[in-house]
Amino acid sequence: MESVILKTATRLMVGLMLVFAVYLLLRGHHEPGGGFSAALVTGTAFALFAITEGPGRLRQAIRIRPEIISATGLTLGAGSGLPALVMGKPYLTGAWWSFNTLALGTPMIFDMGVFLAVLGAILAVLLALEEN
Amino acid sequence: MPLTAPCIDKVPDCCRAGLFSSVLPLALFGMLCLAWPGVVQGEVFLVEWAWVPSLDLYLRFRLDGLSLLFCLIVTMAGFFVSLYASSYMAGKQHLGRFFVYLHGFMIAMLGIVTADNLLLLFVFWEATTILSYLLIGFDHENTTAREHARQAILITVAGGLFLLFGILLLKTAGGSMTLSQWALSGDEIRNHGLYPAIFICVLVGAMTKSAQIPFHFWLPNAMSAPTPISAFLHAATMVKAGIYLLMRFHPLLGGTSLWTGTLVLLGGTTAVWGAVQALGPYDLKRILAYTTMMALGILTLFLGGQTVLSLTAATTFLMVHALYKASLFLAVGSIDHQTGTRDLRHLGGLLKAMPLTAVAVATATLSMAGFPLFFGFIGKEIMYEGALAEEMFPVFATTATLASNALMTAVAAIILITPFLGRRPLMTAQICEVPWTMRLGPAIMGGIGVLFGIIPEWVSANLVQPAVFAYHPAREEIRMVLFHGFKLPLLLSMITLTTGGLIYWFRIRLRHFIQTGLDRLWITTPGIYQRTLDLFLWSAGGFTRTLQSGSLHTYLSIILMVLAVIVGGSWFVHIPSVFIVPGINDDWIAAGLCGFILLSSGVVVTARRRLAAIGGLGGVGAGVALIFLIFGAPDIALTQLLVETLTVVIVSMVLFRLPPIDTVRKRARTRNLFNAVLSLCIGLLVTTFLMGVLTAPLDRSLTDFFEKYSYIAAHGRNIVNVILVDFRSLDTLGEICVVVLAAWAGVALMRSRKKEE
Repeated sequence: MESVILKTATRLMVGLMLVFAVYLLLRGHHEPGGGFSAALVTGTAFALFAITEGPGRLRQAIRIRPEIISATGLTLGAGSGLPALVMGKPYLTGAWWSFNTLALGTPMIFDMGVFLAVLGAILAVLLALEEN
Repeated sequence: MPLTAPCIDKVPDCCRAGLFSSVLPLALFGMLCLAWPGVVQGEVFLVEWAWVPSLDLYLRFRLDGLSLLFCLIVTMAGFFVSLYASSYMAGKQHLGRFFVYLHGFMIAMLGIVTADNLLLLFVFWEATTILSYLLIGFDHENTTAREHARQAILITVAGGLFLLFGILLLKTAGGSMTLSQWALSGDEIRNHGLYPAIFICVLVGAMTKSAQIPFHFWLPNAMSAPTPISAFLHAATMVKAGIYLLMRFHPLLGGTSLWTGTLVLLGGTTAVWGAVQALGPYDLKRILAYTTMMALGILTLFLGGQTVLSLTAATTFLMVHALYKASLFLAVGSIDHQTGTRDLRHLGGLLKAMPLTAVAVATATLSMAGFPLFFGFIGKEIMYEGALAEEMFPVFATTATLASNALMTAVAAIILITPFLGRRPLMTAQICEVPWTMRLGPAIMGGIGVLFGIIPEWVSANLVQPAVFAYHPAREEIRMVLFHGFKLPLLLSMITLTTGGLIYWFRIRLRHFIQTGLDRLWITTPGIYQRTLDLFLWSAGGFTRTLQSGSLHTYLSIILMVLAVIVGGSWFVHIPSVFIVPGINDDWIAAGLCGFILLSSGVVVTARRRLAAIGGLGGVGAGVALIFLIFGAPDIALTQLLVETLTVVIVSMVLFRLPPIDTVRKRARTRNLFNAVLSLCIGLLVTTFLMGVLTAPLDRSLTDFFEKYSYIAAHGRNIVNVILVDFRSLDTLGEICVVVLAAWAGVALMRSRKKEE
């Protein structure tokens, strides 16, 4: 679509939206946000980019094929349940490691899996629609 | 026309697979032989694992006399057929697949005859159906073969459904799923009100599998399978499964006049009809197929009886038939392999060219015709004794047996005399004997037919008696002897041979008569089958065209209509009498938002341009998100808002490719009315649903649990997120799988449309 306003706005917006998505992804455990919301924001950013610059540019920009992104997401999600199995707990039980006040655990990996899976799905549909 | 097959008595490399794979049935046969002496002593071998105990489903296998007899037949035929196929199928495509199917078929059949749990038996029963489909249609590039395979699977699957229904009815009537307990509970089931229904369901299952009239026609058509498969299918597996089923059900369902009358009449008719049709065709394989039908009829007839004699006749004939039928099928395959034809009109004088095959065919056909000193003779004597002692319709049983046996004698003569002794047509000296792998099976099985005819006492003590005792309560000794003395059965045997000879003499005239007669039949079962199949295809096509229109609007309308009618219908029947109607309660922000949502909906409905409609849709979404926000669900609000934004962006992307909204509007006024009514119905349904939910007190136990443990156990303060990624992460995993799959499927659809364009 040829629109100078949209094009200019998109250039500013896309970067901001991507940063916001990372913020949403990381804060999700304590405040509203999480992998799904982050994926939606990222998807919206890429959709805007695809509208103004065309799907070819978007493919160049993300480099990795959307199918691979979503497959990686599913693998991360399914794989994050394995440490629990090793520890003899039911599959997908959260495993946590505490560093002073900071606690890191497998649910974070799971959330990233959700993020990538949903993002890959959105991108796949988006690109297919635009290229059709 | 006669092809010249290479005369190499050596096994080519490509057949090693076949040789190697014949080790499996041979090993199984050997193991069965080890168990044999124990079974003769009355021992029963049993293994059991729990499978689904709550469904009364156990992997329980039991080897008694009857199972052993069947297993011996199956593994022996399996061995010779594998060996035979290694040469017969040499050079054909998909040889590996062939042997996998073949041995899968064998194992499924062994499963049927050793399963002690009825549901387990059914699983194997269906496995043979599927494998027979694959085997009959093995030559899958041939349309006829595919059609015949489909015919076989449709008929046998329909019968399988009947059997399953019978099993369920049996369970309803209080019957045990364990076969070996049936002898105890027979009276209870036989006096139960459901008995006739159970009997008919089981009978239809057995009839379809064992090709009884009127389900017989798939069997001759199953000749499209490669010859080794036909041999296996006819002699040992598949069709014998129905017979086995009747034998196993005999202690439970047998003995009533319904059982006896139906089986005797049905079996007799099938036998005579099969035997008459066997005189018609010129194709050797087809002739053999009809004789199998005759044999199955005879077996059914004798299983109708209740006396030991009758069941002994059935069991003995089972062995007689398996031996000569496997041998003959393989020999016919050899003839076909060497000469390139199975047509009687083009065959003759093969005695010199294929002497060993000729000897094998001679022993098999003489046993089939029932000449003295052959096993068939013993079988026939007992048959007549059994038929004369039948409780119901003894005259019919004897006549049917006599007629079909006489016809069998004639058919045996045709199979032996015409190809081997008849005048040699265009044959040349190039025809030679088949390799040893293809000679061994017919020769040994034919030889056993002679051996068993000489030592009937041993056979009756070691094979027939343990088998009959396994499904009959009587314990009187079964003794078969070489010579029964000058009695009525012997006279009947002599009459059979003479009549058979006469029929052979007039065979050409009879064949003509039968062929024209068959052509004149105005109603035939294959015709009915074809018409039913056409009707099904026609109605299925109509349904698909109506339902799968490809229009998203139609799909959504159907889904919503179902929701409105079924869910809404039952909801308005059980609707609570008192509703809690939420008041505004001075919450003017919420009221304002509701107004905004209504306004936006109005915009969507009345918009003249698509952009306005999408804007309205976004407004509805944003309003709903804000409502979530003010009622304390920021997570849902956030997600809702983001989904709305993404939807608007994506829809505006495809916006410009759709036709203008005005033209769509004008096109369908009634459709708009329908849409409006449907939307209002769904809206009303959801609203009353939500108000109905409010009438029930809220159960907070789960909420309390999550609030309490969210931070302690999962280190998170955002409960929604903690539930999603920790407490209920398996659900989320499933959901993201669905999201990804749906996206991929959508992409595939879009790409395929692009390709078409």
